[in-house]
Amino acid sequence: MKHTLAVLVENKYGVLTRVAGLFSRRGFNIDSLAVGITEDPTISRMTIVVRGDEHVLEQVTKQLNKLIEVIRVTDLGADESVERELALIKVNTDASNRAEIIQIVDIFRARIIDVASKSVTIEVTGDANKIKAIQTLLRPFGIKEMARTGKVALTRGSKSS
Amino acid sequence: MTGKPERMTGARAFVECLYRENVEVLFGYPGGVLLPIYDELYDAHLHHLLVRHEQAAVHAAEGYARATGKVGVCLATSGPGATNLVTGIANAYMDSIPLVAFTGQVPSSMLGNDAFQEANITGITMPITKHNYLVQDAKDLPRIIKEAFHIASTGRPGPVLIDMPKDVTTDEIDFVYPDKVELRGYKPTYKGNSQQIKRAASAIAKSKRPVIYAGGGVIGSDASKELLSFAEKIRAPVTTTLTGIGGFPNDNELYLGMPGMHGTKYANYAIQESDLLIAVGARFDDRVTGKLKSFAPNAKIIHIDIDPAEISKNITVDIPIVGDAKNILKSLLPHVSECDTKEWLDKIAIWKRDFPLHYINREDAIKPQYIIEQINEACPDAIIVTEVGQHQMWAAQYFKYKEPRTFITSGGLGTMGYGFPAAIGAKLGRPDKVVFDVSGDGSFQMNSQEMATIVQNDIPIIIALFNNGYLGMVRQWQALFFEHRYSHTTIEDSVDFVKLAEAYGALGIRVEKPSDVRPAIEKAIEANRPVILDFIVEREENVSPMVPAGAAINEILDLERTQ
Repeated sequence: MKHTLAVLVENKYGVLTRVAGLFSRRGFNIDSLAVGITEDPTISRMTIVVRGDEHVLEQVTKQLNKLIEVIRVTDLGADESVERELALIKVNTDASNRAEIIQIVDIFRARIIDVASKSVTIEVTGDANKIKAIQTLLRPFGIKEMARTGKVALTRGSKSS
Repeated sequence: MTGKPERMTGARAFVECLYRENVEVLFGYPGGVLLPIYDELYDAHLHHLLVRHEQAAVHAAEGYARATGKVGVCLATSGPGATNLVTGIANAYMDSIPLVAFTGQVPSSMLGNDAFQEANITGITMPITKHNYLVQDAKDLPRIIKEAFHIASTGRPGPVLIDMPKDVTTDEIDFVYPDKVELRGYKPTYKGNSQQIKRAASAIAKSKRPVIYAGGGVIGSDASKELLSFAEKIRAPVTTTLTGIGGFPNDNELYLGMPGMHGTKYANYAIQESDLLIAVGARFDDRVTGKLKSFAPNAKIIHIDIDPAEISKNITVDIPIVGDAKNILKSLLPHVSECDTKEWLDKIAIWKRDFPLHYINREDAIKPQYIIEQINEACPDAIIVTEVGQHQMWAAQYFKYKEPRTFITSGGLGTMGYGFPAAIGAKLGRPDKVVFDVSGDGSFQMNSQEMATIVQNDIPIIIALFNNGYLGMVRQWQALFFEHRYSHTTIEDSVDFVKLAEAYGALGIRVEKPSDVRPAIEKAIEANRPVILDFIVEREENVSPMVPAGAAINEILDLERTQ
C-alpha cells in the first residue's frame, strides 16, 4: 500500500538528510521524495511516497514529527489530493517515425521540448499511471534517457496540508 | 542586560551561555580547534573536569545528568575527539538522558576539504541525537545553545550536539542571550488527554489483575511520588524496567522487581497473567517483552508516554495517553479508587514465596550476589553505578533501591566501560552520596584510564570489581547455548588490579574470602578516596533466572537449580 505524505519542514541546511536518514535507519521504504521551497521562503515542502501498511504509516508519521525541523506531517489520501509528477523522456527518432511520436505526445497532452536529428525530448506531467502509459508506448522507439521528479501533491480544495 | 549588547568572541559567548544555563560541571578534553574556548575556560567560574578519554567525558556528563536530573555537558575537539563521543551520545539517546555535547570543528573555510582532524560529526550523530547543529555563524551560537538545552531537557529528553567551527569561536559578536526558545515544529505534549485519562480510569476500575510497568520515564519526569501514590491507591503491583529501578521503593510490598530476561519470576508471571498492564514511561524493549506475540496475552494495555512514537511501536496499545508521566499520574489519581486486587496480590505473594531471587552462598568462594547484599547493608543510601554484564544484573536484582537516581546504568545500548566514568559524573553531581561503580573485570578495563582522573581530582569513588577472569555474560551465553566453548572470553590474570590502583595513587584492596567482603567495603567507605575493591568471585556463577532470547517471559530458566 502506498501513502503520500506532505511534510512541511524548516528550510535549513541538512533537513533533507535528516528526513532521508530517518527512513533508511528505521527501514521505511521511500518510493519517491520531492522537495522544494513553498510560498514561505523559510519553509520547504516534501512530498514523500512511502510503501507500507497502516502500522508503518503511523510510525513514519510519528517519527517524522519527532524531528525538530519538521513543522507538520499530513497524510494525503488519494481522494482528497491533487498530485502530479513530471517526466522528461528522450526518445530515438528519425523521419519515418517522428509523426507517430508526435501523435502519441498529443494524445497524452505532453510536449516536445527539444528536437534533434536523431531524438526528441518529451515533457509529460500527470500521475504515475499516465507516465507509465506513455513510457510503454514510447519504449518501442527506444528511450535513450529519462528523468522523473517524483510525486508532488496538495490537498484538494481550500484546505491546507 | 542594560544598554548596548556586550561585544565578545564566540568562545567568550560559549562560556557566558553556560553560565546562563547554570552549568556547574563541564567534562572535557582540549584540542587544537578548541584552544580559544580553553583559553576562556582558564578564567571561567566553571568546574571543568579533564578526563583521559573523550568517551569518559560523555559518560561522565550522562552520569551527572542521571544523578542530578540536570543537563549533562561535555566538550571535545574536532575529528577523533568528536568521534570518541559517539558511543556515549548513542547511550544517552537510547536511555533518553538530557545531554548537550559540544565539539570543536575545523574552520568553516576548510569544511569538506578533509582537513586535519575533520570529521562530519553532525552527519555521524544525526541518527543518535535528538537534534544537532553545525554552527555556521558566530552570532547564531547563543540562540543555538539556548535551543540545545531546551531540546535536551524537555519532552522526551535526549542528547543534542553542537559542532563549532574554530572561526565561530574567534569571530566577535554582540552577545544577546535569548529569553525564550521559538521552534515551530517542536511542541511536546505534557498534559494527558482528559478523555483518555477517563478511559484509563474506567479500565483500572474493572481490572482484577493489574500490573504497573514503570520505566525510566518515571525517573526522568520526577514522578516517583505520584507513582507510589497511584500504586498504593489502586493496590496494583509494580515492576520497574532496568532504567526504571529506583522509581519505586524496592522495600514496598507492592514491588515486584525487574521484569524480562533477568527479571524476577514473579514479575514475569504477573505480567503474563495480568488483565491490565499500565505502562508508565516505559518502552517495550525486547529484553523485557521476550517473544512479542506471547507478551501479556490477556492484558489490556494502557501506555503513558511523552513520546507519541513509542505508542504501539512494538506492542499494540489499547489506551494511549501521551504526556508527562508526573502530570498524567496526578490527573489520573482523583479518578481511580482501590481495585479489588486482594486475590491477585495473594497469588503474587505465593509466587514471591515460592520463586524468590536466590543464590547458594558458600563459605569458600565469594558469590557476587553476596557482595551486592553486603554493599546494600553497609551503605543502603549509596548511588550504585554499573558497567554492563553479569554484575549489572546482580546489582539490579540484589540491591534495595529506595529512591530515584540511585541506580545508574546503561540500559538500551548496553555500553561496556560506561560505569566508571558515569560514576565520576554521579559523584560530582551528588558529592553527599557514597558512589560505587559495580564493575566486571572486562568492562572496567574499557575505561580504567580514568583512575588518573579521579586520583588527580581526588574524587572518592569505590570500584567494586567483580573479578572472575571472564567476560562473564558472554561466557554465560557460551555455556548455555554454545556448549561451554569459551571462545575469547577468558581474560584471567590479565591485570593485577591492586597494583593498578596503586600505580595511579589509589587504594587497592584484594578480597578473596567471603568473611573479608564486608570489612573491605567498610574500609573503602571510610577511606573516602579512590578505591578499587578487587573481589575474586566465583568464576562461573550465572545470572539467574534467565529467559532465553526470543522466548516468552514466563519460559524461565532457573540456572542455579539446573547447574
